[in-house]
Amino acid sequence: MNRLKTGEVNLGTSIMAVQFDKGVVIGADSRTTTGSYIANRVTDKLTHVHDRIYCCRSGSAADTQAVADMVHSHLQLYTQIHGAHPPVSSAAGIFQDICYDNKDALSAGIIVAGWDKEVGPSVYNIPLGGGLFRQPWAIGGSGSTYVYGYCDATYQEGWGRDETVEFVKNTLALAMARDGSSGGVIRMCVITEDGVERLFVPGDKLPTFWGGREVLSGPVKKSVEPTAMAIE
Amino acid sequence: MISHGLTRLSLRVRGKLTCILTTMTSIGTGYDLSASTYSPDGRIFQVEYANKAVENSGTAIGLRVKDGVVLAVEKLIHSKLLVPGANRRIQTVDRHIGMASAGLLADSRKISQLARDSGAQTRKQWKEPLTVKALSDTVSWNAQTYTLYSSVRPFGVSTIFGGVDKSGPSLYIVEPSGVCLGYHGAAVGKGRQLAKTELEKLKLSELSMREAVMEAARIIYLVHDDNKEKEFELEMTWVGVESNDLHLPVPADLLEEAKKKAKDALETFE
Repeated sequence: MNRLKTGEVNLGTSIMAVQFDKGVVIGADSRTTTGSYIANRVTDKLTHVHDRIYCCRSGSAADTQAVADMVHSHLQLYTQIHGAHPPVSSAAGIFQDICYDNKDALSAGIIVAGWDKEVGPSVYNIPLGGGLFRQPWAIGGSGSTYVYGYCDATYQEGWGRDETVEFVKNTLALAMARDGSSGGVIRMCVITEDGVERLFVPGDKLPTFWGGREVLSGPVKKSVEPTAMAIE
Repeated sequence: MISHGLTRLSLRVRGKLTCILTTMTSIGTGYDLSASTYSPDGRIFQVEYANKAVENSGTAIGLRVKDGVVLAVEKLIHSKLLVPGANRRIQTVDRHIGMASAGLLADSRKISQLARDSGAQTRKQWKEPLTVKALSDTVSWNAQTYTLYSSVRPFGVSTIFGGVDKSGPSLYIVEPSGVCLGYHGAAVGKGRQLAKTELEKLKLSELSMREAVMEAARIIYLVHDDNKEKEFELEMTWVGVESNDLHLPVPADLLEEAKKKAKDALETFE
């Protein structure tokens, strides 16, 4: 089944959020496509919903923008009623309500992450059906399928800010290298009690890994000439 | 012609009657007939009458202490035929919030229903338990609405909301006027003046919940007027570390101990 309407803009995406002791690091690639055409190569998929709560959007650009706007409005209301910032759990809960209640109409895979006074940093994953899962790290979008193994093998609890930023940057670069509908630049945010810091990695400064090598048509490497065995 | 004349006559009679009626009702000023009418000096008499209903009720107190909240009520027993322990005046709003009220019991039932709905709605909408402050705000907003229309009367209850939430122990009173204020120690009903002076003597923020239970019982026994009132029941609940942050009745053995101490203290008081 084709979830997107013809011509609908898709965030065939690599997104990610990881919590560390003092905050969360969220990241995303920047590619937005309509079929094979790249509609935007410098998209910002890290979307503000409150002072210390952001979401990473994947799926339909229109759907996820609309949902994020609705949550943003709910959270402003919360702030006015309670005179305090909303916890990340409430934000994630509202996302889930909308995604679950309208699961047949939406194509939205969202990661909600941020910092709050009650529990500190937290990451919530809301995949396609509208489930809600709190995780120490979460990856999403079409690119994520290529890097689950990398994340499982690499992630460790107890990292600081810089290690976490490196992890996000490397994971996204690997996903973008393998996934055709991810690419462009890496955008990241570090959300802590003190504020939100934006990080940017240009497309020509992405970390590189083993890039593959053509072996079939290359010159056959000559082996060492056999020398005659000495005859006694 | 005749009929015409009769009509005129009856009109005049009616005019006269109206006049008489006006004179009769002007025994009062007329400014108390509706909650939507101010008196010329800016008072709303219906709200003041609602406060009278509160003042006629048995005392209810609340103590916000170090690690929790204690609610206590002097429940006056107007008939020996009533089942002991029935018709409770302390109700549970949510797992972690209780309310004690003074005034018309039927009105307080309406308020508790409203409060419980608010708790459920908060859990649904924000995925978190209600705070006592937000609850009191909601209830006071409703109470205030009942002071604006001629078709309704204000609630005849003052309600003490007590509970433990993410901001710690909190205690609020919502009055018939819709005024909502936070307190360290709260008292409403007949004996509130004496109860307040007793509460002021305590270092509430240093008290433990068990100490608060003893003080609450003592105050209720002290404010109860043996000469005027008949029997009363001491109703007491708590929320805090002792109850695992749940609103629960004070355990029977502790309640008995508190009652005994309260009676002893009464003998030696002044």
